[in-house]
Amino acid sequence: MRNQIIIIGLLLFCLLINMPPVLTIAGHNFYRPNINLNFLGIPFTRDLNFRLGLDLQGGTHLVYLADTSKIDDANKAQAVTSTKNNIEKRINLLGVSEALIQTSQVGNEYRLIVELPGVKDVNQALQTIGQTAQLDFKIPKVATPSSVADFESTGLSGQDLALAQVQFDQNKVGGAPVIGLEFSSVGAKKFAQITKDNIGKPVAIFLDDRLLTAPVVENEITDGKAIITGKSTLEEVKNLVVQLNAGALPVSIKVIEQRSIGATLGNESIVKSLFAGLVGFVVVLIFMWVNYGVKGLLADIALIIYVLLSLSLIKLIPITLTLAGIAGFILSVGMAVDANILIFERIKEELRWGRPMRAAVELGFLRAWTSVRDSNASSLITAMILFWFGSGSVRGFALTLTVGILVSLFTSITITRNLVRAVYGRTPSIRLREGVRG
Amino acid sequence: MKLKWLYFAISLIIVLPGLYFLIRYGLKLSIDFTGGALLEIRSQSKLDDQKVNSIAAGQNIEIVSRASLENNTYIFRTKPITQEQNEKFKTELKNIGEGITEKRFESVGPVIGAELTQKAFMAVLVASVFIVCYIAWSFRSIPKPYASWKFGMSAVIALLHDVLVVVGLFAMFGHLYGVEIDSLFITALLTIIGFSVHDTIVVFDRVRENLPKMTKNTFEEVVDFSLTETMVRSLNTSLTVTLTLTALLLFGGESIHWFVMALLIGIISGTYSSIFNASPILVLWETKTSRRN
Repeated sequence: MRNQIIIIGLLLFCLLINMPPVLTIAGHNFYRPNINLNFLGIPFTRDLNFRLGLDLQGGTHLVYLADTSKIDDANKAQAVTSTKNNIEKRINLLGVSEALIQTSQVGNEYRLIVELPGVKDVNQALQTIGQTAQLDFKIPKVATPSSVADFESTGLSGQDLALAQVQFDQNKVGGAPVIGLEFSSVGAKKFAQITKDNIGKPVAIFLDDRLLTAPVVENEITDGKAIITGKSTLEEVKNLVVQLNAGALPVSIKVIEQRSIGATLGNESIVKSLFAGLVGFVVVLIFMWVNYGVKGLLADIALIIYVLLSLSLIKLIPITLTLAGIAGFILSVGMAVDANILIFERIKEELRWGRPMRAAVELGFLRAWTSVRDSNASSLITAMILFWFGSGSVRGFALTLTVGILVSLFTSITITRNLVRAVYGRTPSIRLREGVRG
Repeated sequence: MKLKWLYFAISLIIVLPGLYFLIRYGLKLSIDFTGGALLEIRSQSKLDDQKVNSIAAGQNIEIVSRASLENNTYIFRTKPITQEQNEKFKTELKNIGEGITEKRFESVGPVIGAELTQKAFMAVLVASVFIVCYIAWSFRSIPKPYASWKFGMSAVIALLHDVLVVVGLFAMFGHLYGVEIDSLFITALLTIIGFSVHDTIVVFDRVRENLPKMTKNTFEEVVDFSLTETMVRSLNTSLTVTLTLTALLLFGGESIHWFVMALLIGIISGTYSSIFNASPILVLWETKTSRRN
């Protein structure tokens, strides 16, 4: 009896997790709960929505190759990590939620994998990530400069910068936003020299070879502070400050893989797959019922619990659902009843060999176990290799498959056994042992 | 079991044409392996091939192949291009067609492609080795003179048969229908590997159980008997999977059509090879050695 209560409890829990966000029954609204736990200081929060992969919600997957050829072997990993951090700051600027940035090492190469779900303007994203944010102070070589080539570098650059911050111009009423720069001690000395040499002349400030401003030097500046004016909006100034503080990327990066998927393609796929999944699910339910009668119906209940439990786990872990992952899950519905088929066929055999019903049921579960174990182990092995082999979409598939195999073992054995026992009655364990011997 | 040569012949009939296409034409590899770019565009009006070509040429984009799907959707495969080239290309396309929208843009560098190829081979190899080891370990209690690793090897030979069937057929599909091999295909292959062994193990498990009971019978008789006993469940387990896959094939989206097809072919082939290849191979092998002993 206790087991049945646990199963019903589990079923209710899964139903709760899988209910729609808002459920209206007879005019009453029921809201799906959010999970917000704090266990031993480890927060565990889930909004219980499915996390959709890039191929389903649209977005861009980028792989960058980091050029670490100019960096000592010992510092390479560090340089790549700080590049990753810089890119993270820049992506936050874009306002992309749930962006994912990873570094990976393949042989001697370092790579950065960037996933931007739901990003609309891929162009802007690429530019923001790829820009070098290199600040340069230059002086004009000719009287009326017209392009970058007309300036020459002073040796003062973003590397000499200690801090950039948003300030407000005190000379003007209303205080237009400006960028306040503070140089490091080395930078301050360079800046003093430059201003001293160029009194009465313009010093141009470039960001990524774009001219920001070119103020005329009035006197030597020795305190290592400067102000960039000429940006009109506060938003613009804030963006620049973030970029300047994030600094230039320590290593240059190059796109070696890009996958952008429009959201429409994903939506079509979801609807179609869900329908296909439903059809497959119903057909399997009918198949089990027709073939195994009452036991089949019990297996069907186990299969329904399987689907609910797997979906709950996918939400709780959470596993990012990809199109291949959904296909994998639908496939797993067909595989989940395998153990039941093996067990029920075994029960049929035991009955044929003249065992009483109750003993046959227990023996069926007992003796089918080795084949169930070994066949599922082989599937688990390949699922793990798949996880190692793949990235993104393939991993989603491998994870879904793994969860499917493990959950199906539980539902098709533990749950079905309890259901079958509830219907056929439990054999006292002494008789069972005799049965094994005989 | 007496008909084992017939069963092998049936396998050969399926494997050989695939093998012919594989050797003669090779596989049609997607940009996942070769590197390159793929651009899927939907337009409100029909796009003129000639005009598209000249725009592409103007942008230094080399269109390797193109496919037009329903609803004026076009897929262009090109040498690797950058996002900027893509943007310019689309901007110019807007001059010759209405309502141009990008559905998908993928660009894969050659390095990534080469890596994937290497990894795919490794994955299939490692999976096979692990399965031999697992079965050898799991069947270690098999009484002498039978060797458990032969059970493992027989299962893997059947499994490689399935891989060959699927790869061969896809070489044929590639040649006839332009079906490409991508990383999803490799995913399908590995899933097939896992499932193919599934059925084989059901039979072998029964052989393991029957061997100590049927000491008076020959090995061949034991296997034959076990096969007959387990036939229904082997078919039924495959049938449920086939049912869900068929539903996916019929109603699932276009983008996973061939992925599901690969799985379906593999599962059917896996069931066949488990019953008609793995066991006969095991019998041939074990009886030959025991005679020598």
